[in-house]
Amino acid sequence: MIGIKSYGVYIPYYRMSRAEIFNAWLTMPSPMKGERSVANFDEDSLTMAVAAGIDCLTGLKRKNVDALYTCSTTFPYREKLSAATVAAALDLRDSIRTADFANSLRCATIGLSSALDAVEAGSAETVLVTASDCRLGAPGGEFEQSLGDGGAAFLLGKEDLIAEIEGRYTITDEFCGMWRSHEDTFIRMWEDRMVHDEGYSKIMERALRGALDKAGLTMDSFAKVVYDAPADIRRHTVLARKLGIGKEQLQSPFFEQIGNTGTAMAGMMLVAALEEAKAGDRILFASYGNGADVFILKVTDGIAKVRNRGTFARQLNNKKMIYNYPTYLRWRNIVAMEKAKRPDLQPTSISNLRRNAKILLSLYGVKCKKCGTPQYTQAGLLSSYVMPQRICVECGAKDQFDDYPFYDKRGTIYSYTKDNLAASLDPPLTVAIVDFEGGGRAAFEMTDRDPQEVKVGMPVALTFRKLFYERGIHNYYWKAIPISRKS
Amino acid sequence: MSGSIKDRVAIVGMGCTRFGELWDKSASDLVVDAAYEAFEDAGVEPKDIQAAWVGASYDISAKTGMGLTAPLRLQGIPVTRIENACATGTDTFRNACYAVAAGIYDIVLALGVEKIKDMGFSGLGVGYYPGVSNTQPMLTAPGAFAMLATRYFEKYGLTYEEGKRALGAISVKSHANGSLNPQAHFQNKVTLEQVVNAPIIAEPLGLFDCCGVSDGAAAAIITRAELAKNFRPDPVYVKALQISVSADYGRVSTSYDFTEIKETYIAGQRAYEEAGIKNPREEISMAEVHDCFSITELVTMEDLQFSPRGRAREDIESGFFNLDGGLPVQPDGGLKCFGHPVGASGLRMLYEMYLQLQGRAEKRQIKNPRLGLTHNLGGQPGGCTISVCIVGLK
Repeated sequence: MIGIKSYGVYIPYYRMSRAEIFNAWLTMPSPMKGERSVANFDEDSLTMAVAAGIDCLTGLKRKNVDALYTCSTTFPYREKLSAATVAAALDLRDSIRTADFANSLRCATIGLSSALDAVEAGSAETVLVTASDCRLGAPGGEFEQSLGDGGAAFLLGKEDLIAEIEGRYTITDEFCGMWRSHEDTFIRMWEDRMVHDEGYSKIMERALRGALDKAGLTMDSFAKVVYDAPADIRRHTVLARKLGIGKEQLQSPFFEQIGNTGTAMAGMMLVAALEEAKAGDRILFASYGNGADVFILKVTDGIAKVRNRGTFARQLNNKKMIYNYPTYLRWRNIVAMEKAKRPDLQPTSISNLRRNAKILLSLYGVKCKKCGTPQYTQAGLLSSYVMPQRICVECGAKDQFDDYPFYDKRGTIYSYTKDNLAASLDPPLTVAIVDFEGGGRAAFEMTDRDPQEVKVGMPVALTFRKLFYERGIHNYYWKAIPISRKS
Repeated sequence: MSGSIKDRVAIVGMGCTRFGELWDKSASDLVVDAAYEAFEDAGVEPKDIQAAWVGASYDISAKTGMGLTAPLRLQGIPVTRIENACATGTDTFRNACYAVAAGIYDIVLALGVEKIKDMGFSGLGVGYYPGVSNTQPMLTAPGAFAMLATRYFEKYGLTYEEGKRALGAISVKSHANGSLNPQAHFQNKVTLEQVVNAPIIAEPLGLFDCCGVSDGAAAAIITRAELAKNFRPDPVYVKALQISVSADYGRVSTSYDFTEIKETYIAGQRAYEEAGIKNPREEISMAEVHDCFSITELVTMEDLQFSPRGRAREDIESGFFNLDGGLPVQPDGGLKCFGHPVGASGLRMLYEMYLQLQGRAEKRQIKNPRLGLTHNLGGQPGGCTISVCIVGLK
């Protein structure tokens, strides 16, 4: 049997009240209800894929993953594999298959299906699939309020399953309801009635009924029915009524807490459903976009052994409201801000990045074989090539080190500052000297932090974020966050 | 160490431009102004200079010695450009002194210059640097030094308010001294309330905890000790010259506690030994130390053993380091008020010691100074390059 071995989710720490957006423009008669999730300025679909992946791999051996499929409509690059960067950040093996699935809101389930095929065919024992999105609606429009940012991840395989895949059904439909061309920053949509009636409602109904027919099951066979919502959230429940899905069967899309997270939405909802599921439950799971993918899941006894149980609720409740609406515009680079009068970034040295990928992306340091001291060296002063550790900082031994990962270590703040002079999209730039449990020290920018709460001795963990965007290159590195923010 | 620089070389002429935001001066103007003041002071002609060392941290001349020779039109002499962050000026002087002490040259020029205010941004472009891979945390220089203050307050149990006031007293003193100096970048007095209530630059450091970012140049004419009196009756002799460079361990090793600069202690110890000083608090008459930020000065008072560990605050608040105190520090206003054109700062500090020892410091004159100490800190806590120089009368 093939199925899901583990799940993970990522809900950004920041949320924005829809009323706040509404009040900024007054372009609608009234605001939408509730709030939406907002990726921090240093997050994108790639970092959220990493975060969901880390959550999914909690307590599991990362080197056992045989393939990574990342899925998003908002990857940072048109030409460059995001999965490769995510794999490096997740410290996966290099002898793995990687692929980016993109361009459709259904791409996550397309990736999921492909992963199941690979497992079924025996070409991979375990495949990690991530889904994440950070889509933009134009200011003043409905999407700006209705969208949310987030990610989900699933580890698929044949053994130690928490849910088996009993059936799959897919239809493809070239329906053009929503799109974004290579010239567009914001998503576009045709007239809503046609998009929802002719598109979402008809296609999803066809797909879900088709799946039931193929499996010989009826809607009452399912403890939960999980499918994503269209631009107009009301159509989600309208479809449920039409298909005879009971209230308690229907998985909430968390529209009033998170919003429509695009490619990630169905997956995030499935995580929420699995968190509540018990062995023997059947779940009907579907995702829409230029057709629809439907899966029939049966929850196994393994559900009791989920290592990161409660992750969805923890992340949903661990939140902070964004300071104000202009902050959102700034974080998403929708308005051009005055540039800080500070030195420009130098062109990124790809060769330096290449040489030090393990240090920078995978956050590996070393541990001295002689004195046992873990150590991580960052770029020095003024200029600053990342320096591979050749001589032990404590005992002076040369070239006698074992690799030592820091990405999964926790630490405490030894010293810190809040820098108002430094250029930052989230001032004051907060940097902490972090002393790691088990040894080692390094300086990290802090993120998802309230400047007021930062103090000496505060426990922190690490999170993978985007540091800079410079001459077309997205530069990713690790930042420190208060432990309470870590899922 | 077998050798010592003590009393082997002397300064017979010095020059120093006004420091500040010199919008109408280029680096070459500053070189000419500082060098010609030094020539005149020593009573020498440009053609008498046998070799020269020029220090600059930012680009003045495609990284060559031509930043000195071109503006002065000194054709064909040997010149070395020195670069060692904020210790550049003193290291430039040190290399010149060593060449003279080695007997290679009789009369040389050491000059430090910086034209920072042509770059179009606030502060210096240093601190924690994102690196050529653009993946490292970025922090400004005040941010990097604020790490010291955060930790110092924590270790010695100072409340934020107590810490701010101790640091504030340092800046109040430096502004008082700067107000007496017509060459200083800032010549205004400030009150403790103004200092502690100023906008925060990098917490806990506020605007007045940060030194001036300035343009400027300073120069010295150096000769062998035995030739010095041929130039002037009151040459200033070099007693010690030390550099201590960190292995950049402080952000890697948990052994570093961010309340001291170990390299300053090392350089100070070596300098005291070289100069034959047993009790620096008693024997040093005055000092110009690297007060890039107020916290740097506080920690330096302890590293140089002017104050016992953890006790600098008492000496600061009691006025021990004031112009009329037991050990005046920053008599010319320091980096805080005289300003900080990086490569020129070490030589600017020597300029003040030189004037004070010769009794030429006018309103700032300290009574009967015997030994003056200068100190620079290039880089940042945990990874820095330190210079210490001691000069005095014979």
